[in-house]
Amino acid sequence: MLRDITIGQYFPGDTIIHKLDPRVKIIIIGLFIASLFFINSFYPYILILLFIGIVIKIAKLPIKFILKGLKPLYFIILITLFINIFMTKGEVLFTIGPLTVTKEGISMAVFMALRLVFLITGTSLLTLTTSPIALTDGIEKLLSPFKIIGLPAHELAMMMTIALRFIPTLLEETDKIMKAQMARGADFESGNILNRAKNLVPLLVPLFINAFRRADELATAMEARCYRGGDNRTRLNELKLKNYDIAILLSQIAFFGFIISTRYI
Amino acid sequence: MFYGNKKDGVQNMDDIMIKTDKVTYEYKSNIDDSVQTAVKDLSIEVKKGEFLVILGHNGSGKSTLAKMMNGLLLPTRGEVYVSGMNTKDEDKIWDIRSKAGMVFQNPDNQIVATIVEEDVAFGPENLGVPPKEIRKRVDEALSTVEMLEYKHHAPYLLSGGQKQRVAIAGILSMNPECIIFDEPTAMLDPNGRKEVMGTIKKLNKDEGKTIVLITHYMDEAVKADRILVMSDGEIALEGTPKEIFRQVEKVKELGLDVPQVTELAYELRKEGIDIRNDVLSIEELVDLLC
Repeated sequence: MLRDITIGQYFPGDTIIHKLDPRVKIIIIGLFIASLFFINSFYPYILILLFIGIVIKIAKLPIKFILKGLKPLYFIILITLFINIFMTKGEVLFTIGPLTVTKEGISMAVFMALRLVFLITGTSLLTLTTSPIALTDGIEKLLSPFKIIGLPAHELAMMMTIALRFIPTLLEETDKIMKAQMARGADFESGNILNRAKNLVPLLVPLFINAFRRADELATAMEARCYRGGDNRTRLNELKLKNYDIAILLSQIAFFGFIISTRYI
Repeated sequence: MFYGNKKDGVQNMDDIMIKTDKVTYEYKSNIDDSVQTAVKDLSIEVKKGEFLVILGHNGSGKSTLAKMMNGLLLPTRGEVYVSGMNTKDEDKIWDIRSKAGMVFQNPDNQIVATIVEEDVAFGPENLGVPPKEIRKRVDEALSTVEMLEYKHHAPYLLSGGQKQRVAIAGILSMNPECIIFDEPTAMLDPNGRKEVMGTIKKLNKDEGKTIVLITHYMDEAVKADRILVMSDGEIALEGTPKEIFRQVEKVKELGLDVPQVTELAYELRKEGIDIRNDVLSIEELVDLLC
């Protein structure tokens, strides 16, 4: 049950998109998100859809995988649709009881829902084509200029790596504790929400205690392996910008620049 | 370059890997001001290339002693020297830790990265080794522990014994002269234990690494050059495996077992069968009986 979480999952592959420098990918996704919020008409969406389609095609990602990523957010998308349809003022089409549906409302609702869908698929393209290690490396490198103002770039990246490393370990442990408590008569599946939340206590307490113990041991082990923060540290795989990374970055800056500029035309 | 050792004749300091000099370690209780002494006035020497086993029941101070051997804990009184460097010397602490690596009990809690080779690279990365050299060391370390084909795997998909071997590779890649193992097989199944013990013996025999192994499995202690038995923070017995396990009653008094074969030989002697009292392996006993 806990193993179905797909957000942030990596889909291994050997395509140009997979091999693109993670820093370039992060910047492009940043531009992608920014441009989504600049768009104020339906036409630029065609370009966005085209962008997503081309990336999916080149990276050989299964469409099913991407749709699965949208699943947990159906509810949020529905609420967005609902609120926009009924809350937007304008030319009234029809009324259901106290609720009025307007023409602007429908168009606004579709517009907002599409923005959400694009936002989620766009960002999942990043995590699907970039391994967690490459991603943290990219973030560390991108944030490192801010070290001068005291931003702990290396520490943040290290925290992310360790968190990613321990997700499967802790999931396994949760599973074990759950079974152990169920064997002693704990019930995690019936009752109302309040009861169920209460029943989680015997699961969460040992899980947290174990996590703290693990953290302590890991810290000792890291110290024994001479870890002393990010200064003077080298890397096994150093990130290097290649020519084609720069070419792709420049072309994408132009592309999203154009999309953003459509707002002002 | 001889440093005189007054009584035992001349001894070369370069032969000593780790030396503790009248070391005491006290834990302060968090609740009241009471003090618990984990290690009492202990002086030991670990020679270069030696395979030393430290035995002792829970709470005998053996883990505390191990943690003092690479500066993770600093002694309350007394000094610890690693290759002649005092662990209290803050400038040398990273040299000490890369010289005397340490492998812990739980393999899950000492693997840092999400991919095997990245984890093995963690130590040399911290030491600031250039990337090309790291690559070389990682491949060497992984092939020494026979895990090279798993270098792109995620650690959580490996078995306990494999994870522990990756942890050993992670220490090896720092090029230590000595490796301290703090109950490395305590959480493993019999197969994993065999794998890890095989690796440890290989490191000692083929790679010439000094090994300090802390354990409470007697079968593992049999393979040592020398055994120290600890009890209440002090050394209760010291000697070769044969010398130690010959004293079956004494060992049992200290809350430890002797290897099964030794126990059998001991019982046979009690029944009046004339047999040597320092039998350590099944083959030996077979030779003596048949």
